[in-house]
Amino acid sequence: MTDYNFAYLDEQTKRMIRRAILKGLAVPGYQVPFASREMPMPYGWGTGGVQVSAAVMTTDDQFKVIDQGADDTTNAVSIRSFFERTAGVATTTQTAEATVIQTRHRIPEQDLTEDQILVYQVPIPEPLRFLEPRESETRKMHSLEEYGLMHVKLYEDISRHGHIATSYAYPVKVEGRYVMDPSPIPKFDNPKLSDCPAIQLFGAGREQRIYALPPYTQVVSLDFEDHPFVASKADHPCGLCGVEDSYLDEVIIDDAGGRMFVCSDTDYCTARQADGFKGKDAA
Amino acid sequence: MYVAVKGGERAIENAHAWLAEERRGDVNVPELSVAQIREQMALAVSRVMAEGSLFDPDLAALAIKQARGDLIEAIFLIRAYRTTLPRFGTSAPIATDSMACDRRISATFKDVPGGQVLGPTFDYTHRLLDFKLAADGDVAEAPQRETDQADVPHVTDFLNREGLIEEAPHDDTAPRDLTREPLEMPADRPLRLQALARADEGFTLSLAYSTQRGYARNHAFVGELRIGTVDVEMDIPELGFAIDIGEITITECESVNQFTGSKTEPPQFTRGYGLVFGQTERKAISMALVDRAMRWEELGEDNLGAPVQDTEFVLYHSDNIKATGFLEHIKLPHYVDFQSELELVRQLRREAGAADMQEAAE
Amino acid sequence: MTDTALLSVRGVTKRYGAHIGCADVSFDLYPGEVMGIVGESGSGKSTLLNCMAGHLAPDAGQVVFDTAVDGPCDTLQMSEPERRMLSRTDWAFVHQHARDGLRMGVSAGGNVGERLMAVGARHYGDIRGSAIDWLGRVEIDETRVDDRPTTFSGGMQQRLQIARNLVTGPRLVFMDEPTGGLDVSVQARLLDMIRSLVRDMGLSAIIVTHDLAVVRLLADRLMVMKSGHVVEAGLTDQVLDDPQHAYTQLLVSSILQV
Repeated sequence: MTDYNFAYLDEQTKRMIRRAILKGLAVPGYQVPFASREMPMPYGWGTGGVQVSAAVMTTDDQFKVIDQGADDTTNAVSIRSFFERTAGVATTTQTAEATVIQTRHRIPEQDLTEDQILVYQVPIPEPLRFLEPRESETRKMHSLEEYGLMHVKLYEDISRHGHIATSYAYPVKVEGRYVMDPSPIPKFDNPKLSDCPAIQLFGAGREQRIYALPPYTQVVSLDFEDHPFVASKADHPCGLCGVEDSYLDEVIIDDAGGRMFVCSDTDYCTARQADGFKGKDAA
Repeated sequence: MYVAVKGGERAIENAHAWLAEERRGDVNVPELSVAQIREQMALAVSRVMAEGSLFDPDLAALAIKQARGDLIEAIFLIRAYRTTLPRFGTSAPIATDSMACDRRISATFKDVPGGQVLGPTFDYTHRLLDFKLAADGDVAEAPQRETDQADVPHVTDFLNREGLIEEAPHDDTAPRDLTREPLEMPADRPLRLQALARADEGFTLSLAYSTQRGYARNHAFVGELRIGTVDVEMDIPELGFAIDIGEITITECESVNQFTGSKTEPPQFTRGYGLVFGQTERKAISMALVDRAMRWEELGEDNLGAPVQDTEFVLYHSDNIKATGFLEHIKLPHYVDFQSELELVRQLRREAGAADMQEAAE
Repeated sequence: MTDTALLSVRGVTKRYGAHIGCADVSFDLYPGEVMGIVGESGSGKSTLLNCMAGHLAPDAGQVVFDTAVDGPCDTLQMSEPERRMLSRTDWAFVHQHARDGLRMGVSAGGNVGERLMAVGARHYGDIRGSAIDWLGRVEIDETRVDDRPTTFSGGMQQRLQIARNLVTGPRLVFMDEPTGGLDVSVQARLLDMIRSLVRDMGLSAIIVTHDLAVVRLLADRLMVMKSGHVVEAGLTDQVLDDPQHAYTQLLVSSILQV
């Protein structure tokens, strides 16, 4: 694919995106409008993440893509091969080796380092969107720090269900200022957002927004003092590697509805199995 | 024994191979050439160029072929390709009053200087399937007449001389560029027009139709509709003057709308404007009506709560590439989110069950 | 203390093109005082109220409020965040139509709790406790705390709107025809409730109404407006019992005959 510039986008566009990223890093949690380009994959399929990855990528990078925690889900494969073709960049499935990790819906189980950038694909960047559909109004609410409505939503959850009924895309407050949507990661992953050594970048292509968390940013999940945030997961060990504290997928294994629980982070699970850990369902 | 599903890569490759085979169809039927599509599916080509925001009939025809005739998919291919093109500069504004018209009609005057030209239109055809086309498509040559290729003035200019229609003052301010800047509200008219020019034809049509049926009715006439070719000129700094860089086919519609006057404006006719690449008159007329409806605020009209008056709603939902992408992304795996919902529903059911037991016990 | 006015309005003027909304209105409101503004529709009383409450930008004038922290400040010169903060702490605004002042898709408890959460309350039990307490004070049964206002009668909705506004202990309440659109029997009960709340909390209030019965019951002082101008002002009893201006005389006689 020599017809295209390195990582598909032209240098002017990448510079424009980098300026948005820098602004995002300077104002953590603030949604920076950027002139998202039309990419050769559909909106809603990671165009924001792809543009951010393209803007930060260098020829020396080791690139990893996960979707739902797995490296080999179809969209992860598709995005990885896109950068193999357009950037000729080295790819990897190992979290520890990767320098740029693009993700949809998960944060890797393994702790990230200062040498890494985690790029999130974001469908709806606006945490207030489902409370207030108007962009012009939500931007005003952010600028004036009017977040009462966000807590009204949580209040309503508790009064109806007894607890906060948001299980993914759980809203957070960044450095005591901006309320931010962490993308549709399960709330189990929320604690990993805070005080993270890696740079975390969030790209929403269709909605034309980029936001960011610089390393070691304080990120707090919204809650009430008497109904504190709980990072929950299925109460099982992984059936393959036996780990107790990773996020699990539930897999239906037979027609009788039999099921097992396995790590959603395939790299983490594979590495543990290679190290000799075994769950009850492992061969 | 369970093994995690692998092989997304193989699945994708195989799907692509199958797609290519299906696209070709029965190999005993001759393959379509890009030139055939360009020449014989010209209105599809026009739509792809318009909504793809790239004037290139050959590329549009190729995209239609590659997309198996799915025009939104073809538009998508063009948009993605467009992203990679360097921008050398900006053309001078095109002069539509020097258009070489293939079609030019006005609904507001019986005759106008320059004449009405019906042109190649379906308007007065009887929509009867022509089975002769199934057998052979030979056509006799259409009659021709020499024209004195003078400029063709805009019909609205005649109204303007009497002061019966609002002025459209000349403005040299560089408009914001939708393809280079994020769409931000409030959107001024140039930005709204840009968005409408590439908006989905069906969406624009339905909105325009809704104004005719009474949702923010603005009683439009087609002041003028013209289709034809115009020269595109660009200033070349090295030369110090503008030169022709090519010729494009466009459709322009100026609507003339009734207006009873408001606190700030006297009673007069107002304008709506549509300009679209290619021969795309349904889109151009729709665009003019929607443009006019979205001007309610500037003209001091009431907000009737009609969908078309809600600029933010219209602009954020008019782009079919955004819409189709986001709509179809729900096909992607969401099992991580679904798993967390599953846990939550189970917990809520457990608690509800426990509460029922408690009540039963009391 | 009471020699500092809580609100000083000076020369507030608002035009709509050639038409005058309200012209050169000035008055002082002292802590604990209730001011009534009466006039027929089109007299400019709602325009004036919206100018004072920051919903409309007047063309001229000052609206000086004695803020808790910085003392008297012209609210028209404040930044948007300052003004919004004021309107969710020291100020309250009761709309004529409860729908305009409530979130119809949120429970009664959530409606009352919103202002608390907006100023930082983060204890669910306390917020809910305050909400239930306030529902009681506006005579709504606590079993309705999780119901949405759509299931409430018009009078209940209006009482809920009042609870939602007063929960943060504002010092100044703007009311726009608070009893408009309600049945007469419901009006009486609501007026009675507003009167005791105002008295118990020592609230200052500005009430716009076309209903002289409302001001007679609630207002200490009265301003009569006609065509955008204040034509008469004074103590409520004095103005109603001995109207000086011809327009006020007409207003009083026409109402009392009904």
